[in-house]
Amino acid sequence: MAKFTLRVNGEPQTVSVEADTPLLYVLRNDVGLNGPKFGCGLAQCGACTVLVGGKPVRSCVTPMSAVKGPVTTIEGLGTLDKLHPLQRAFIEEQACQCGYCGNGMVMSAKALLDRNPAPTASEVRQALNGHLCRCASHNRIVRAVQRAAKEMQS
Amino acid sequence: MTSRRQFLKSSSALVIGFSLAPELALAQASPARLPGSLNNNRMLDAWLRIDPNGSVTIFSGKIELGQGIGTALSQIAADELDVDLKRIAVVHGDTALTPNEGQTAGSLSVEHSGTALRFACAEAREILLSAAAAKLGSSPGELKVTDGTITAPGGANLTYWQLAGEASLNREATAQAKPKPPAEHRWVGKSIARRDIPKKFTGGAAYVQDVRLPGMVFGRVVRPPSPGAELVSLDEAPVRGMPGVVALVRDGSFLAVAAEREEQAIRAREALKKAAVWKESASLPPAGDALYEHMMALPIAGQTVTEKTSAVAAPAVKTLEARYTRPYQAHGSIGPSCAVAQWQEGKLAMWTHSQGVFPLRADLAKALGVEPGAVRCTHVEGAGCYGHNGADDVALDAALLARATGGRPVKLQWMRDDEFMWEPYGSAMVMKLGGGLDSQGNIVSWSHELWSHPHSTRPGASAGVNLLAAQYLANPLLRQLPADVPQPAGGSDRNAIPLYEFPNVRVVKHYIQDAPLRTSALRTLGGYANVFALESFMDELAAAAQADPVEFRLRHMKDPRARAVIEAAAQRAGWTPKARGDGARGRGFAFSKYKNLACYCAIAAEVVVDRKSGKVRVTRAVAAVDAGQIVNPDGVVNQIEGGLIQSASWTLKESVRFDRTRVTTRSWADYPILRFEEVPQVEVVVLNQPNERFLGVGEGSQGPAAAAIANAIANATGVRLRSLPFTPARVKAALV
Repeated sequence: MAKFTLRVNGEPQTVSVEADTPLLYVLRNDVGLNGPKFGCGLAQCGACTVLVGGKPVRSCVTPMSAVKGPVTTIEGLGTLDKLHPLQRAFIEEQACQCGYCGNGMVMSAKALLDRNPAPTASEVRQALNGHLCRCASHNRIVRAVQRAAKEMQS
Repeated sequence: MTSRRQFLKSSSALVIGFSLAPELALAQASPARLPGSLNNNRMLDAWLRIDPNGSVTIFSGKIELGQGIGTALSQIAADELDVDLKRIAVVHGDTALTPNEGQTAGSLSVEHSGTALRFACAEAREILLSAAAAKLGSSPGELKVTDGTITAPGGANLTYWQLAGEASLNREATAQAKPKPPAEHRWVGKSIARRDIPKKFTGGAAYVQDVRLPGMVFGRVVRPPSPGAELVSLDEAPVRGMPGVVALVRDGSFLAVAAEREEQAIRAREALKKAAVWKESASLPPAGDALYEHMMALPIAGQTVTEKTSAVAAPAVKTLEARYTRPYQAHGSIGPSCAVAQWQEGKLAMWTHSQGVFPLRADLAKALGVEPGAVRCTHVEGAGCYGHNGADDVALDAALLARATGGRPVKLQWMRDDEFMWEPYGSAMVMKLGGGLDSQGNIVSWSHELWSHPHSTRPGASAGVNLLAAQYLANPLLRQLPADVPQPAGGSDRNAIPLYEFPNVRVVKHYIQDAPLRTSALRTLGGYANVFALESFMDELAAAAQADPVEFRLRHMKDPRARAVIEAAAQRAGWTPKARGDGARGRGFAFSKYKNLACYCAIAAEVVVDRKSGKVRVTRAVAAVDAGQIVNPDGVVNQIEGGLIQSASWTLKESVRFDRTRVTTRSWADYPILRFEEVPQVEVVVLNQPNERFLGVGEGSQGPAAAAIANAIANATGVRLRSLPFTPARVKAALV
């Protein structure tokens, strides 16, 4: 066991876990967050995506020892009362069916909008191409990201 | 655990007592048929309660699986009761609280549960109005209701909430209260935002994976390396000594482990995998094209599904035959199956994303040797399932493991390879089509012969246990060999009977009851493959008749609603009769009425074929749908659009890989699905029929999407593809 201190959504967190413990389980089971999801454990689907130092990472394969920088999850973007424009846009576009992949979509979209505030539809598709959605809400998700971009620019 | 009794007692609600049991109904000789699921759950208070605090709770045996059913049902209830949507809470699928509506499957939730709630709420409103009329010295017909406030002509008023303690809904429904005409609907017909979505995008506890209980430990299961494997030996001691390990269960070839931390459970699982010695056997069928030859060679007699002959039909001057195939395909839920189980004083509490909490309870009770009353199954959403995936199986895994944790709850989630290797697949199928054209180019004879394994091996059968682990226990509880789902809905033969008017029709099925590779319900059952074959063959015959595919379909179709969706899709797509593809680009058309009972759907698809790589890209698809009265238009669009794109993924990419011993599909690398850059633009035209009954929509686009793509490829290249999926290698080979 090793002791790790990390910032999650602005709050300091200290945990004692094996150094190779994936960040995902610390976020879900120690910090108690629901946003990041276990989908594959292989960095193939994207459901577990969080931002570390502003960059999207697959938390299911990111060992605690490699977490250098503050962690942001979907809970850190906004709340039901104070939604982030991306959250609002996903809700307004009804951009899911089951929504299990939605966490990863929103987090990668956040990273995209941070570097490209007005992406074209094909830039959104490219940025999210590594994320799997099985219910096939892809087109709604693209619309939601562009809607959020518009709101954030105005 | 809160029982329904406690739940109902928690305030002086309008409903009193526990009246889910259908005994009352059964005691009568032959009770009158009631609409929808009201027929099997006849008490009004099984469906709704009205609280003095101003809220309404509706109870549905149908569960939310991302299709928006909770929102649609609340729209129906709000309209019949004349209350604001915000007052309505929905309780889904809980063996202690809700009616038993079997499985949430077959695109039947609005038809079954929505219809029941519509009549139950209309009747509840009448009961409340009668009670109010007596108090207000008025007659019910004079009263007006606005958001639960009942007002008499003179202005005197009473509320539902005031009447809640007096007017009892603890009575059998009569279904005599007339539901509102569509013109009076305030909520039905509107795209009301789904109530399950906000928490999903803000990190709320939305899924069974998010259930957290005090003292909870984490479980993982260690499945055999192959379906026919048996556990020979295992040195458990080192794993029991690993950090955090709380329990290890070994029963026959069932193996599971629980630990304090999730990553500890995963490490223990890996260690067990290495330590276990298995005896494997080659129990699987041949793969590739040999699979289909193997299925057709099995000594399974054909059963005639339908046969129609006409003595007056013109003779065929041209006949065609073609064979189509569909491989085993996976549900591929993004979130692997998960359950939370806790044993306390001989009773099991189960949180599950099963599509049928009552059938699951029945099989869990059998497998665990307890009375059904000792098991409570509470539905909590999981990732989208698209049919019978691992949801039920993981519940038994969790229950078996939780027996060894001294009352501590266990959350057990499958790993990705558990889900891919052990979920029940959509069956491989072979369809042999034959048809004859007369001298006018009209179809005068049609035959459809199919070979298929079962499409429904869900829990809740009359005998046996349909839960995976039960078959691997030291004293195995075997599953009953399943019967096919009978017509008119059909299972293997779903949608094999053409809706078109042909004078001579013969449909025969070879139902292969045994399934060495486990199969069960995958969205549409046999419908996807049968519509793929039927609607591909329609185009083959149209080509032989030198007819335009849309005109050819209309020529053989009398049903006006079918004709309307065909025409609407063609019009929106800008269909030009007889247009030819240019070698790379093409368009295709297809139609079906799901199950021949549910929604009508026609699809026009456009493709681009890269002749060099063989890669097919669907660029645009237009769907037209008639689902009767529409409760939530955006919900309908979402289902049709999602189904269409998912079907494009099945059609272009998906097949489960296996050798004679093992399933070799273990991760998304082995089972690619459609990605963002490959997804077509989709337009959905909804033909609302406010005066028609609800028609299920959740599976309507799956079949026609496949055939429209196949027909578009043929239109583009002149080459007909009949073996799913249309992978680049297969397309390239066909184009040479």
